[in-house]
Amino acid sequence: MRKVIRKWFWVWQFDKEEKWLNEMAARGLALSSVGFARYEFEEAEPGEYTCRLELLAQYPNHPESEQYIRFLEETGVEQVGSYMRWVYFRKRRALGEFDLYSDNASRLHHLRRIMMLLLPLLIFNAYIGCYNLFLYMQNHFAVSLVCALLSLTIAILLGIGMLLLERKRKRLQTEAQLFE
Amino acid sequence: MAEANGALTEAVYYILLSLTEPLHGYGIMQKVESLSHGRVRLAAGTLYGAISTMLEHGWIIGASGEAGGRKKEYIITAAGKAVLRGELERLEELIANGKQILGGIET
Repeated sequence: MRKVIRKWFWVWQFDKEEKWLNEMAARGLALSSVGFARYEFEEAEPGEYTCRLELLAQYPNHPESEQYIRFLEETGVEQVGSYMRWVYFRKRRALGEFDLYSDNASRLHHLRRIMMLLLPLLIFNAYIGCYNLFLYMQNHFAVSLVCALLSLTIAILLGIGMLLLERKRKRLQTEAQLFE
Repeated sequence: MAEANGALTEAVYYILLSLTEPLHGYGIMQKVESLSHGRVRLAAGTLYGAISTMLEHGWIIGASGEAGGRKKEYIITAAGKAVLRGELERLEELIANGKQILGGIET
């Protein structure tokens, strides 16, 4: 039996998303495919699988990513799906613990990759927003104001996300000064 | 090509040690876990990153596995062994100093 759940997570909530997927797995629903804000589960033994998600440096069909995914598969990991550069994995508990990162350096590396995904979008939206605001002050067209407010709202949202990620990065960075 | 600067990470140290025989990724994870009596569990992503970097540095190379073996195997190079020996010296210094100083302190 399959079960589809529509649920939204912001990019910076990837930890929360992963935790939720593992709570589902603990209840006997193993992730079997993903889409835009859409998760498909299949029935499994409660706690049969561990789920992990990762933002890859390249799209999943890029040769470098394919090589990486093949490497993971050799350790018993299954790729259940992907959305853009995000890839979703699962592994049977019986095959051992499943983590993608075991030191702070690689956790930081992944976190920076996520921040670099958001940064250009933040700059772009902030720029478009300010530009439209400037236009509105010149021409008083309602459409300019709407564009400005829309872009600035997105920029603020992304800004909040970046701040949350930055806090997490700082915590990890401090930890990394003491421990690998 | 032994790099003069600093300490190896625990992951790199154990991966190099495990590759004195040809092993594929999963084999490295298992051997490192058994070498460290279960203490060091390398996560697959971290291991992959370490392997890629060590290949670039020439510390390990891809070994041609047995015929029909689809999984890619790796083995340590002379440069890798030199790095390992350098690290061993550094570790011995750490241990000697630790023992000498802590040895005289009542805990």
